[in-house]
Amino acid sequence: MIPVLLLFIPLVAGILGFFIKDQKAASNWAIVASVITLLTAVIGIYAMPASMHQFEATWLPSIGASFSVALDGMSKMLVLLTAISMPLILIATRNNNYSNPGAFYALMSLAQVGLMGVFVSMDALLFYFFWELALIPVYFLSSIWGGEKRIAVTFKFFIYTFIGSLLMLVGILIAYLHTKDQSFAWSSFTNTDLTSGEETLPFFLFFIAFAIKMPIFPLHTWQPDAYEQAPTATTMVLSGVMVKMGLFAVIRWVLPLFPFAANQFEMPIIILSVVGMIYASLIAMQQDDIKRLIAYSSIAHIGLMAAAIFAGGTLGLQGVQVQMFNHGINVIGLWILANAIENTLGTRKLSELGGLATKAPTMAILFVVLAFANIALPLTNAFIGEFLLFNGLFQYNIWIAAAAGVSIILGAVYTLQMVQKVLFGEVSAVTTNATEINAYSKWVLIVIVVAVIALGVYPQPLIDLTKDSVNALLVIK
Amino acid sequence: MNAIIVSALLGVVMMFSGIFTTNKTIIKNIATAGVLFLLAANLMEMNNLFSFNINTHDLIVTQRYGLFFNCIAYGATFIYLVLSGTDITEVGVNVAEYFALIFFVLCGVAILSSFNGLLMLFIGVEILSIPLYILTGSDKRNLKSNEASLKYFLMGSFSTGVMLMGIALMYGATGNFGMVHSNGLRGVVSATQQPPFLLVAGIVLLFASMSFKVSAAPFHFWTPDVYDGAPSVFTSFMSTIVKAAGMLAFIRVFENQYTILGPTWHIIVDFAIVTTLLVGNITAVFQQSVKRMLAYSSIAQAGFMLFALYANNTEIAKEGILLYAAAYSSATISIFAVLIKLQDYTLDGFNGLAKKEPVLAFAATVSLLSLSGIPLTAGFFAKYYVLAGALQAGGALWLIIVAVLLAAVSVYYYFRVIQAMYFKEGDPQTLPISGGFKAALIVVAAFIVILGVWPSALLSWLYF
Repeated sequence: MIPVLLLFIPLVAGILGFFIKDQKAASNWAIVASVITLLTAVIGIYAMPASMHQFEATWLPSIGASFSVALDGMSKMLVLLTAISMPLILIATRNNNYSNPGAFYALMSLAQVGLMGVFVSMDALLFYFFWELALIPVYFLSSIWGGEKRIAVTFKFFIYTFIGSLLMLVGILIAYLHTKDQSFAWSSFTNTDLTSGEETLPFFLFFIAFAIKMPIFPLHTWQPDAYEQAPTATTMVLSGVMVKMGLFAVIRWVLPLFPFAANQFEMPIIILSVVGMIYASLIAMQQDDIKRLIAYSSIAHIGLMAAAIFAGGTLGLQGVQVQMFNHGINVIGLWILANAIENTLGTRKLSELGGLATKAPTMAILFVVLAFANIALPLTNAFIGEFLLFNGLFQYNIWIAAAAGVSIILGAVYTLQMVQKVLFGEVSAVTTNATEINAYSKWVLIVIVVAVIALGVYPQPLIDLTKDSVNALLVIK
Repeated sequence: MNAIIVSALLGVVMMFSGIFTTNKTIIKNIATAGVLFLLAANLMEMNNLFSFNINTHDLIVTQRYGLFFNCIAYGATFIYLVLSGTDITEVGVNVAEYFALIFFVLCGVAILSSFNGLLMLFIGVEILSIPLYILTGSDKRNLKSNEASLKYFLMGSFSTGVMLMGIALMYGATGNFGMVHSNGLRGVVSATQQPPFLLVAGIVLLFASMSFKVSAAPFHFWTPDVYDGAPSVFTSFMSTIVKAAGMLAFIRVFENQYTILGPTWHIIVDFAIVTTLLVGNITAVFQQSVKRMLAYSSIAQAGFMLFALYANNTEIAKEGILLYAAAYSSATISIFAVLIKLQDYTLDGFNGLAKKEPVLAFAATVSLLSLSGIPLTAGFFAKYYVLAGALQAGGALWLIIVAVLLAAVSVYYYFRVIQAMYFKEGDPQTLPISGGFKAALIVVAAFIVILGVWPSALLSWLYF
């Protein structure tokens, strides 16, 4: 029942939200709904018996599709991430003004429905539905409230992902025709009569869709533009949660379904991921725009997770799940800072900033902690995640681990460069009239920073949450 | 049988209603009530309550499948009259005749869903087509409308000739018009024997002329000009209900006959599907007029419907074509209804519609999403069913992948309209819009979404 509530609450909030005209009221409404969703998720995951974690209803019996949702080990982490991110995002951007605010917040809630649905679906057709449902609100959010080049950029993003989805649909159809009981259920899909050779085609049809979403080099070209042009709250959803859809989908819908093909093609995919990491890091070093820098840095981080998924191994897969959560909240923190800088100073260009530490010391402290988390320094949450990932890669192939390690060094270079250019050095013309970050953003950032350090020191809760799912996955594999 | 008789009678009733009243609203209301009556008569036959019992010597055989298609077609006509009925009365002076012609077309629809022989197919196609030639040219003082009508008539007559030729050859080869054998006319000649050349030539000609009727490439050239030139209200009718009926006839007539062509059959259908999809989708990208874009999009959608032909007798494809008819008709009727209210048919004419008329923009968006096959709308399941049918029939995978990639292309041109409505500034001029019109649009949009979540809501009627 819990997963149904997690879909239902934001859905109702979203639909009713369209009718709210007032900025503050719309924002409050969405925040309250997202907090209720968060409470439902937390109580549901930690306090409810496992019987409450599943729900199944008939949907289209004639073709074997059912409305089957579950909070299992694989989805718990990301459901939690989605549930936590939304209130953080909405509160942090509460001071942003939007034309037609009711529609904005309603679409944000609907995007949450799509995300939750992707994570809890246990039926391939239902999964496909939610996969698209997550995309449509984001398309409208970015195209209506985005930056100058929003229409073209968002459209590119949409077409890119839609082509991927359609290919996945063909893959779903092929797998479906090979299920033993003509059903879309996940359990049937993991038990098809596809031979190892026949797996190749559906494997790639699925994988391309997910690779676009993550994105994996060379399918990443939509991402920096989309992140830059989308309104910040949407960018946070995109990079904090939505890119995890791709990673999650590989764990849920590719590895258990097509184990032979995944095994056969793991090397080229890992190499592509690592190439993408280094490539994105090198580009990030050249960026002058904070948003684009974070976007490329995000590609690098996701690349590492993608590589670790295919490298396999218990530790690696656990690391991916832990890191998906950590990266989600860390990157949201960075976007909040980028948003704050842009809102108060009117620019995102590193070359125009400088000396912000003297003008806004609180912000500077928060910025530095999140920057450290972005380089995965020990005592931050990202450290434990990346450690597990590297462990997995290292066991797979030492040279690949070494190449991936280069991008971590490059990551330190561009992140510290950013910190230096924004916070330290001469106070520039733009930053002379800088003010401290607003209260909403500040408190959200403090929450995030506390989580960063707490989970860095004691990551056990996250690791526990993922353990049974990884074991289950390895059994299937 | 009910549908054929009642629709023909209603056509006559409408023709004479013009004598008793000149009030356009009354005529329109009679027509709308007439469609409901027709629907009811058809439902009665479907549920074995009442039907005219006429011995047609197996020329007409009513089956639940065909009757159900009638329901969809008449339901769509009802939606069409509710949304665009008022605009039909504005086309010209002979209001009653327009409705009469529409009922004659509906009679053709009923014949095409129940014919049981090539002769009745021919009669059905003609009853369907001839009123359309007139309706296309009904905007008498508009040169484009006249041109479209003439073009349609000449090309249509030519294709009719080709069809008749094909039927004659098939008859010559077998001495039979029927589809009585389970193998169609193939069953007439000995199974091991090579089918006679006349039969093969006949069936190829029949394929060509049916392709013309459903505007499948390479016989699509009339479509953009005719759809663009005809008064928009009638384009809406032609490109939805009529097209779906043509497609159903196409599928029914080849359901049992395709084995005559042997392996060549798949080459022909593959070619038709790929060219239709390519021509429709690629050309639609370059259109500046939304009306013309919809004409090409209707070609593209025909390409998808042809997958049901490809899948032959698969159950899921047969359901798929019904769903496709419902999904495509409701979406296209609704988008045309919005288009008619706009003075400017170009893409720029849609700029800023969301601010000025949010309901119209919303309904148009749902329709466009459905046409592009986005989940949660009826269009998704329509495409899903026909593609699944083709795959199940052992369809070539490359064909399916080409189709979905071209579906992604279709997103490009459908979404340009959404972009214009929601993301661009403008002050579109519209005809006066009534509250009832908006309510009807919302109902249609809700119908599209319900079908998109739960297609069984419609399809389960097929079985009980």
